[in-house]
Amino acid sequence: MKDMENLQALLPFAAIEQKENTCSLAVPGKNSYEAASLLKNSGFDYLRDIIGMDYGDTLGVIYSLSSSENPEIILFLKTATSDKAAPKFDSVIDLWDSADLYEREVHDFFGICFVNSPDMRRLFLRQDWRGFPLRKDYDARPEINPIPLGNENLAEMETLPVLDIMNADDKFEAHETVFDQSEYVVNFGPQHPATHGVLHLRVSLDGEVIRKIDPNFGYIHRGIEKMSEAYTYPQILHLTDRLDYLSGAINRHAVCLAVEKGLQLEVPERAHYIRTIIDELTRIASHLLGWGAMCMDMGSITAFVYGMRDREKIMDIFEETCGGRLMANYNVIGGVMADIHPNFQKRVKDFIPYMRKMLKEYHLLFTGNPIARGRMDGIGYLSREKAIALGATGPVGRASGWSNDTRKIDPYAAYAKAGFKEMLRTGGLTFDRYIIRLDEVEESLKILEQLIDNIPEGGYAAKTRAIIKLPEGEYFQRVEGARGEFCVYINSRGDKYPYRIKFRSPSMTLVNVLKAIVPGTKVADLIMLGGSLDYVIPCIDR
Amino acid sequence: MEVKNIRIRNMKTGDFKENEYLEEYLKELRANGVNIAVAKLDDLINWGRSNSVWPLTFATSCCGIEFMSLGAARYDFARFGWEVTRNSPRQADVIFCCGTIVHKMAPVLKRLYDQMAEPKYVMAFGACAIGGGPFKSSYHTVMGVDQIIPVDVYIPGCPPRPDAMIYGMMQLARKIKMQEFFSLSEEPGLMDFKRIKAKAFEAIKALKDMNPLKKDEKGGKR
Repeated sequence: MKDMENLQALLPFAAIEQKENTCSLAVPGKNSYEAASLLKNSGFDYLRDIIGMDYGDTLGVIYSLSSSENPEIILFLKTATSDKAAPKFDSVIDLWDSADLYEREVHDFFGICFVNSPDMRRLFLRQDWRGFPLRKDYDARPEINPIPLGNENLAEMETLPVLDIMNADDKFEAHETVFDQSEYVVNFGPQHPATHGVLHLRVSLDGEVIRKIDPNFGYIHRGIEKMSEAYTYPQILHLTDRLDYLSGAINRHAVCLAVEKGLQLEVPERAHYIRTIIDELTRIASHLLGWGAMCMDMGSITAFVYGMRDREKIMDIFEETCGGRLMANYNVIGGVMADIHPNFQKRVKDFIPYMRKMLKEYHLLFTGNPIARGRMDGIGYLSREKAIALGATGPVGRASGWSNDTRKIDPYAAYAKAGFKEMLRTGGLTFDRYIIRLDEVEESLKILEQLIDNIPEGGYAAKTRAIIKLPEGEYFQRVEGARGEFCVYINSRGDKYPYRIKFRSPSMTLVNVLKAIVPGTKVADLIMLGGSLDYVIPCIDR
Repeated sequence: MEVKNIRIRNMKTGDFKENEYLEEYLKELRANGVNIAVAKLDDLINWGRSNSVWPLTFATSCCGIEFMSLGAARYDFARFGWEVTRNSPRQADVIFCCGTIVHKMAPVLKRLYDQMAEPKYVMAFGACAIGGGPFKSSYHTVMGVDQIIPVDVYIPGCPPRPDAMIYGMMQLARKIKMQEFFSLSEEPGLMDFKRIKAKAFEAIKALKDMNPLKKDEKGGKR
């Protein structure tokens, strides 16, 4: 491919490997920043994720990149260091805004430091946590890290340790704090109904206007990635449902696709159709809840009750076919767990016109409401460039005009067979993010309408071995979750357990968006903006 | 993948324990006779309390969504008088502990529990809150809420269906109904008017003696 030749010319020191639309570049640790900046300047403006790796004798970092112009190409920039005592790389925080939280995450899990990063606090674990959990030699005995009895020291949470390379011992120096002494700081969360989970926001106020915001994560960090390293692939599937529980079926779909890709398993067409329909139903349910919760954040309880009422219809369909309400637990490697219920098609066909009618009612009830419009109009502007730099995928990015729908870019399952439009708006304001969700519900209904009558006959699952061993290699799959691009990266060493599994959470970047758009708005708007971004905290914390 | 040897034993109605021990326990306690006025007043107060329990909106993960369904139109726990969800622990009677509790959250939950006024109750929703659930092998999960705070009702499920939650609420209501509101002074934490009265006197005395210029150690730091 022509692009790849260009890449080799651009980065002469890199070892390039290419497979279909995925390209991986291995560069030495000292050249990582140079390579990153060259790639950024040649158009790779979207940093999807930073994946920390413990290869055994070396520690490494993988940057997952794409370009907003050519989103179908996925690029992995890999680098590693053999210095396990004090591993460090150059920070790419000045190239991509989204790197901020990702680098802190890698630091938290692997103890890898990023030089020139202004903020090297732990992201999920407490600042006094001992050890780096995702390293292979981590000692998980509960005596080392007992259940803490006291609350975390706020001063410790606020000081920003910076790696000081001028210092001979490579010690962390606390240069500054997040807030100065003169600022008026209010704690918002971790237990607060408007944070959509357990997110701890430290908010600096000037009267009613917000000056700065500092999110703290980890109040629901369950260590799913580490647990998965000791679980077999069918076992991991159950944990993925509990990441972003509102789009659980979609997350599970991603892992199934990645494993199937590795096994080169031919999934029956019927399973593809069923999976697509279940995914779209999940998306509608998630958007309804997101819409209801956002309206409730603005003070409208009625909208919330309406949204939940219509969501129950989908829960009924799930219950009949999958056996579970919220956790469908339906996808398995090779297909789906059981065939659809005889009532399934009829129920979905009844649901489509019902939902169309209800959408009209929503618009009548809330969209045109002058009070609601007064709250939403002209607030929380996110430009297209900023959305790409922050990696805000999903409805939030599309409301700012960034076309990033994975269903269109890299069609999986039966999406290529359905005709639907990618919803795009250019406003980038709160109202755009509000209306785009309702528009997407409408598009999802269109997909359902096309697929529901055309489910092909045949088996619903391919036969797999009792013990699934993934051949050695790296597998990557992205799907369009309800909140954005959900990705799974599996590094296998030919075992029945993954060597490393990494989930890319679409919600984490959304909190970064909150950090970017909130300063200058009022406290009441913070709650509504949080609702408009619709993040799910357990997906961030994993 | 084929799973072998799964045997699900259906539960017969007879096997289902309806927690009758609660009422039997009360009967046993009152076997030797009680003061009729106090006991009747107890019953009346507890009837009122059990039908107006205010939960704290506390949800960490997935079970919280089922809790939201419980509050919405179909399941509607307002039918039982539980709908006044409070955002402040100081106004709440019960914590619905929905979701996994992890190491970082544990002190926060403890603090919320401590801030609640007596009498207070805790319900553990879902497998995670009962004993770690699917995250039992994790390094960062607390294996059950009862490691930090005492629990009154456990509701299994992952997540429990809203109907199961309603059943759990009914069990808590029964528990509240059999509490003796006026007596039971030995048990700490329960309402005892004598103790409260003595404490109030102490507090008033302390207020009178207090020198506004003199700060005690703890108060000054805050």
